[in-house]
Amino acid sequence: MSVDTGGKVILREHFHQAAWNEPLIVELGRAGRRGVVPPDAGEELRSQVGDVLGGTPVGLRRRQPPVLPELSQPEVVRHYTRLSQMVLANNVAVNLGLGTTTMKYNPLINEVLSRSPKLTELHPAQDESTVQGILELLYRFGEMLSEISGMDRFTFQPAGGSQGILANALMMRAHHAANGQASQRDEVITTIFSHPANAAAPATIGFKVITLYPGREGYPELDALKRAVSERTAGLMITNPEDTGIFNPQIAEFVRVVHDAGGLCAYDQANANGILGVTRARDAGFDMCQFNLHKTFSVPHGCMGGAVGATGVQKDLTAFLPSPTVEFDGSRYYLDSRRPASVGAIRSGLGNVQSVLKAYAWVRSLGAEGLREAAHMAVLNNNYLAAKVTAIRGASLSFADENPTRRLEQARYSWERLAAETGVHTMDVHNRMIDFGVQGYFTSHHPWLVPEPFTLEPAESYTQEELDEFAAVLERVADEAYSDPETVKTAPHRSTAAAPVPRAQEHPAMTWRAFQELRRQGLV
Amino acid sequence: MKLGLIVNPIAGMGGSVGLKGTDGRKVIRQARTLGAVPRAPARATATLEELVRVGAEFELLTCAGAMGEASALACHLTPTVVYRPASIETTAEDTRRAAREMRKLAVDLILFAGGDGTARDVHEAVGGDVPALGIPAGVKIHSAVFAVSPRAAGDLLAGFLRGRIGTMREAEVMDVDEAAYRRGQLATRLFGYLRVPYDPQLVQGAKVRSRSDDTAAEELARSVVARMDRETLYVVGPGTTTRRIMTLMGLESTLLGVDVILDGQVLALDVAERDLLRLVRDHPRARIIVTPIGGQGFLFGRGNQQISGRVVRAVGIQNVVVVATPGKLASLGGRPFLVDTDDEELNRTLAGFIAVTTGDRQEAIYAVGHGSGNAG
Repeated sequence: MSVDTGGKVILREHFHQAAWNEPLIVELGRAGRRGVVPPDAGEELRSQVGDVLGGTPVGLRRRQPPVLPELSQPEVVRHYTRLSQMVLANNVAVNLGLGTTTMKYNPLINEVLSRSPKLTELHPAQDESTVQGILELLYRFGEMLSEISGMDRFTFQPAGGSQGILANALMMRAHHAANGQASQRDEVITTIFSHPANAAAPATIGFKVITLYPGREGYPELDALKRAVSERTAGLMITNPEDTGIFNPQIAEFVRVVHDAGGLCAYDQANANGILGVTRARDAGFDMCQFNLHKTFSVPHGCMGGAVGATGVQKDLTAFLPSPTVEFDGSRYYLDSRRPASVGAIRSGLGNVQSVLKAYAWVRSLGAEGLREAAHMAVLNNNYLAAKVTAIRGASLSFADENPTRRLEQARYSWERLAAETGVHTMDVHNRMIDFGVQGYFTSHHPWLVPEPFTLEPAESYTQEELDEFAAVLERVADEAYSDPETVKTAPHRSTAAAPVPRAQEHPAMTWRAFQELRRQGLV
Repeated sequence: MKLGLIVNPIAGMGGSVGLKGTDGRKVIRQARTLGAVPRAPARATATLEELVRVGAEFELLTCAGAMGEASALACHLTPTVVYRPASIETTAEDTRRAAREMRKLAVDLILFAGGDGTARDVHEAVGGDVPALGIPAGVKIHSAVFAVSPRAAGDLLAGFLRGRIGTMREAEVMDVDEAAYRRGQLATRLFGYLRVPYDPQLVQGAKVRSRSDDTAAEELARSVVARMDRETLYVVGPGTTTRRIMTLMGLESTLLGVDVILDGQVLALDVAERDLLRLVRDHPRARIIVTPIGGQGFLFGRGNQQISGRVVRAVGIQNVVVVATPGKLASLGGRPFLVDTDDEELNRTLAGFIAVTTGDRQEAIYAVGHGSGNAG
């Protein structure tokens, strides 16, 4: 328990996570068991309907029924409830260590709103006249994000940050194609501390990717960018602040250099939680940007299911936005799909509109001043935590020697000294932390430029006591590393984190069937 | 597991008294006269202590006295002595003989305490046949076969003995010409590669172990080969990354030397500067493919002196192709590349930023410093 004890943090020494030894669902149940047995349709109905499979082409019909789990309803309920108890979810554990992911509170009231039949009973293919409400919401939220970013139009179709970045890369290419320069401008510039999607997404559509490495102060030098730009430059795709929490103070100069070379600039705002209402993408000259509603705007993270990469552009680029766009003619809202310059649909429908609804509700509940206050609180929380973490033996803040400026909403630290002095590595610390009932931390995207990294992002919704508890857990584990390293290296002891299947890394299996095949071949 | 331990008791003795290395009996006597004491045995003990502390199980084979036995006894281990030096004044030949004996006895890994010279001796004796790991105890550590500290060596070794670390990397064995070094000149040579346990945790996390740097290196080599131009001379510098290019093309290559190819065929192997200048003069279109060498990231001036300033100038700076995987760049820990050719003006010109091919249609812009690194 962590209660007010006059500043002293009492760790959860007796925490123990539920361990159910639960098999996979495909290993449960028994042949023939059913959770739901539909009633027989009856002779009359069968004769009326006829052969229901008759219209299905032979080639599309299964030859054998799928090998599905066969369980009763209570077995299914117990199985998934047990699994849910074996994770340190956002609503159970203090979860401020997953830097770059902005794990803030997801207001429960917004779950209620999004489960209203007014939304759940809608269908993407409904006539526009019957979905005016949700179209209005999408249109108005686009206006809000335009105000927040300085852009002119937004789309909510991309179902995640990487799709939003892909949309930006596609629009970049479409812009150069419109100027007859698509084949000439085939290089995208990014930085190693930007989110990896800024390199991956343009690469998937054929761009060559040039990555800038950080200078001594933790962000790339302007001269490195000047070395990278040329008449081949399609654009810059960059995160700022980068994953180190360091805001590139020369960002406007970066944009100018790329513009001078004829390129466009896309701002990945995945790390926007510390700059909402403080600085705007367009004011630094950016041409396009993307926000992750599932990070900055309080929407739960959803494994590409519930995520939204809200993508915005300045007015010269609106023609290239994915289709359809939501338009307003002064009296009614409608979808515009006749947009010949558009890069096309990034995904079906209008995107994860239930997530847009949650983000809209969050923004409306805070208002403009509230957003700015959230950003300030996130930065304050981060710097309060940084002061505590850097005081821990063996820990250090990356680039602090050359760049002592405050970090924004997150910071990347290093256990390099701890590892050298104790042999305890960053993943060992991570595995031990969860024994104290807090969620583990994120290390770093790859490659690890900062050795033995960990990245913390205490968003605005954590209390001072929670920050204190998290720091105290880190301090405790670091102390253990010096006094009793084996306890740390063999952790977790009170948690249920699963050990990976041996050799699974060499032979990853993405499905149960693929796993069985590998097992048959003796590869795992 | 059978672990072989070789301690070079005189390694590192020169450093404390301002001598650069201890190769040669005269220097050792000079060092002793100046008051130098052995440091390698204690450092070997520190590594063994780490193994004992974590409860690693192993059978220890070592050499008599200060060449290993003393270090083992100091932490209450009872080793099997498999080699006895003829004299208390041990020599490089003792290291080589001990290493050969250990290979014969099928040890799983040779742990050695010393410096670059010791690494060279182990390499000369067993090459890549037996995995090895260096405990840093010498004056000169240019080779990439050493752990960062005795304790880190123990940590790495514990992982190896427990089977947690099964991957090996080829690490450079480098050494300087000590006579020149003592005169204040630095000439480093690449002598070969030892197979060293590779802990991905040191540079890469568990998340991407499936996509190892090995895969990245393979992809990098493929993309370089795919983009080679015809009627263009390629001067290929030493290094595992560049050797992979040659292997992929089905070409013979010299591991440590500079090779020259043209239109998919070997034109010359292990060439000297003079040959390079002649070949480059005869072929108007030429490129140089280099990869940073060793832990310090030298592009030119260490291990590839054949590609001299004159050669680089003749080929043209714009025709220098630097190749390195992202993992290799990360392993430099933020330090810039270094260039130290015989042409100071060229060094200054190369300083700044350079494009590095890191994969298929992937480049990095990386800083280049110039100077002799930490040679002093």
